Amino acid sequence: MKPSKSPNTGQPSVFHTSRRRFLATTAMGLVALTASGARAKLLFGTGLPWDSGSIEPPRQVLPGPWTFFTPREGELVEAIVERLIPADDLSVSGKDAGCAVFIDRQLSGHYGTSDRLYMKGPFQPGLPTQGDQTDLTPAKTYRQGLKALDDHCRRTMNGKSFTDLSPEQKDKLLTAMEAGEAKFEGPVGSGSLFSLLLQNTMEGFFADPIYGGNRDMVSWKMIGFPGTRYDYRDHVLKHNQKYTLPPVSIGGRGDWARKG
Amino acid sequence: MARKLPHKDVVIVGLGWTGSIIANELCDEGLDVVALERGPWRDTATDFNIGYAADELRYNSRQELMLRPAQTTVTARNNAGQTALPMRQFGSFHPGNGVGGAGVHWAGITWRFSPADFRLRSHFTERYGAQAIPDDMTIQDWGLTYEDMEPYYDRFEYLAGVSGKAGNLNGQLQDGGNPFEGPRKREFPNPPMAQTYGPTLFAETAAKMGYKPFPIPSSLLSRTYTNPLGVTMGQCTFCGFCTNYGCANYSKASAQTTVLPVLMRKSNFELRTLCEVLKVNLDSTGKKATGVTYVDTSGEELEQTADLVILCAFMLDNVRLMLLSGIGKPYDASTGTGVVGRNFCYQMANQVVGFFDPAKYNFNNFIGGGATGMAIDELNNDNFDHGPLGFLGGGSTRCAPIGAEPISKRPTPPGTPAWGSGWKKAMRDSYLSNLSVGCEASSYANRGNFLDLDPTYTDRLGRPLMRITFDFPENDVKMSAYVTKKVGEIVRAMGAQQAVEYPRTGPWSTVPYQSTHVVGGTAMGADPSTSVVNPFLQSWDVPNVFTVGANVFPQNSGFNPTGTVGALAFRAADAIRSHYLKSPGPLVHA
Repeated sequence: MKPSKSPNTGQPSVFHTSRRRFLATTAMGLVALTASGARAKLLFGTGLPWDSGSIEPPRQVLPGPWTFFTPREGELVEAIVERLIPADDLSVSGKDAGCAVFIDRQLSGHYGTSDRLYMKGPFQPGLPTQGDQTDLTPAKTYRQGLKALDDHCRRTMNGKSFTDLSPEQKDKLLTAMEAGEAKFEGPVGSGSLFSLLLQNTMEGFFADPIYGGNRDMVSWKMIGFPGTRYDYRDHVLKHNQKYTLPPVSIGGRGDWARKG
Repeated sequence: MARKLPHKDVVIVGLGWTGSIIANELCDEGLDVVALERGPWRDTATDFNIGYAADELRYNSRQELMLRPAQTTVTARNNAGQTALPMRQFGSFHPGNGVGGAGVHWAGITWRFSPADFRLRSHFTERYGAQAIPDDMTIQDWGLTYEDMEPYYDRFEYLAGVSGKAGNLNGQLQDGGNPFEGPRKREFPNPPMAQTYGPTLFAETAAKMGYKPFPIPSSLLSRTYTNPLGVTMGQCTFCGFCTNYGCANYSKASAQTTVLPVLMRKSNFELRTLCEVLKVNLDSTGKKATGVTYVDTSGEELEQTADLVILCAFMLDNVRLMLLSGIGKPYDASTGTGVVGRNFCYQMANQVVGFFDPAKYNFNNFIGGGATGMAIDELNNDNFDHGPLGFLGGGSTRCAPIGAEPISKRPTPPGTPAWGSGWKKAMRDSYLSNLSVGCEASSYANRGNFLDLDPTYTDRLGRPLMRITFDFPENDVKMSAYVTKKVGEIVRAMGAQQAVEYPRTGPWSTVPYQSTHVVGGTAMGADPSTSVVNPFLQSWDVPNVFTVGANVFPQNSGFNPTGTVGALAFRAADAIRSHYLKSPGPLVHA
């Protein structure tokens, strides 16, 4: 230990032979820990490193063909989100808000495959306090659960599929799924499928429109959430007064684009 | 065989709040310091970019800035009779990852613990008698006093620019501050935050009921501020994307906004990111650390020798590294012997949600931040007489709207459907007219709650996961019921049509988020038979190893931990600079 050494006379280190701001090790990653597969870095002595490409900005989800769902799965999910969030005098339906597109794009990414989660075995049944212990990723839950839903309908509704049912019949079945009472065959229970569908539908309805749902900020306008404005200093002391500016999203606002 | 790297004076594991503070202090002493960080580099301009920082899906729902369970997680069970299973995704708490650690996504509430906290067992014994402490409650004194901590609290508060109002200056009570706090030598560096409608209504109502409300001490800044290191921060804009997010305004104190701009310029400091430490290496005597072994992203094992090893990772990882390295005797719950893993505690997060008449109340809860709001302290710790109550402890009660991002923050009254037009109408009506008051309460150590290494599950590198055995002790559940009822009275007096009380009850579940205030496991103390580190955070067994984090708390207070963690970092750094370097060896002889 050399307590009195001056800050600028550090012992030479193999890493100091390069004058680059930071060096990346050359070997490829053991496990990609970031989306871009970042590698170990050495940073020293020259201030704050800033790497313009180090983080991926979000990309605007565009309408278009399904990226994860089969056409049949897409129809089913659209029919379900249309009942979870029905069109009424408060808003358009979950389908028209883009919730099914949102779910499709999420299932195509790291969320769908549980890449970031702990998916090592052994998988064994746990207590409710221990959370989900299955090896089912969201993608697998949708693939197998939607098939089980379709089979269940044909079996119990005189050969009809879910999309053929009346709104009242759909709601009745969804209510049974919510309670876990609809008997599905296969590894995905009706309650598990429902709870994932409800969670993802609400995520799509309320998330930034950049992810494909909440089209035209429909949910934010409905409840009075101003989105990404990021500065409310002028309204902090306006107690109990309505905030009147319209919402803004990460991608801006539709009327901005039309002006251009 | 690990490739050996050139020697350093100091190796620091983890570059969050504590690692940054200590690295900066020891660099000022002229030492060669290297920090190893298992996550990536993060800074405001790139990672908390204002163009897309306000993204609830990415940062809150999908936990972009947090530790990914694929890298490492924990297993959990409520008692030793159960099989612990992995937290496959983080729910109950959110460990950080990357430079800045959990201090990037924290709320910013910055307390000092009360004087009684630091001598908790002695205090309760003096006030209520030894029999008031249940046999299985293993609470203990910290081995230091509030007076020992005061100068270091001061240093952390001035580093972070905490905005608040003193309640006790040199023994003189101050109007508008917390009358229960320990004496401060001087005022907060910045005045309190402005208050929105909800906290204002809470404070007015509480004052009428005889409570003494005060502004929450906030590391979100009330004005532009330059700290003693010369780093300037901006005024908080109440953006409402705060807890679980990085701050794009340079307004929330973190390593990034207070220390790193200075530390990173020092030629005797080096940071290696995406480098995960496997263990601390000991020499043949087992009483001296020679350095650490770590793995980089190529998978190569590297050995960094150093004279001093300082564990500054997230508290669970500090405990795990001690266990993996064989530093200190592991705790055995069946016999109550050993120390590493003992006294693991949490935080009792209680809440009351008020639903108000939407025609009359508009709280605009989207205007807020993690530490904006008003608090009362009458229900906290031992600020009320526990003699007739049959439990010990309490919590800080506060109305602190942290934002209202709508995927996660749109409560509805009980009985509301979860979907359909009925849900939509109720949710729309409640969105601007609901208001929560929380009570973040103490968690006291219990013989059956502990940390050890899991026998089955391993991380990506093949090392055993940390295993948590924990449930809420009866004492804490009784306390939660009591304080939550009191909070409910306030919310009803504020005018809520309905006040829904959520006292924390067992069993502890890993699923819903509660608090990231997990503490303990390597308790500090004056007695090596019940502590892992001495009051300077130095290992009793291996004196050239220090650990700094909430893992050294012997139990948890009814306050958020970061103020105390930051103060302990300054205190440990001071002990190393003023004493250890002059004579390396034990700073306290047991």
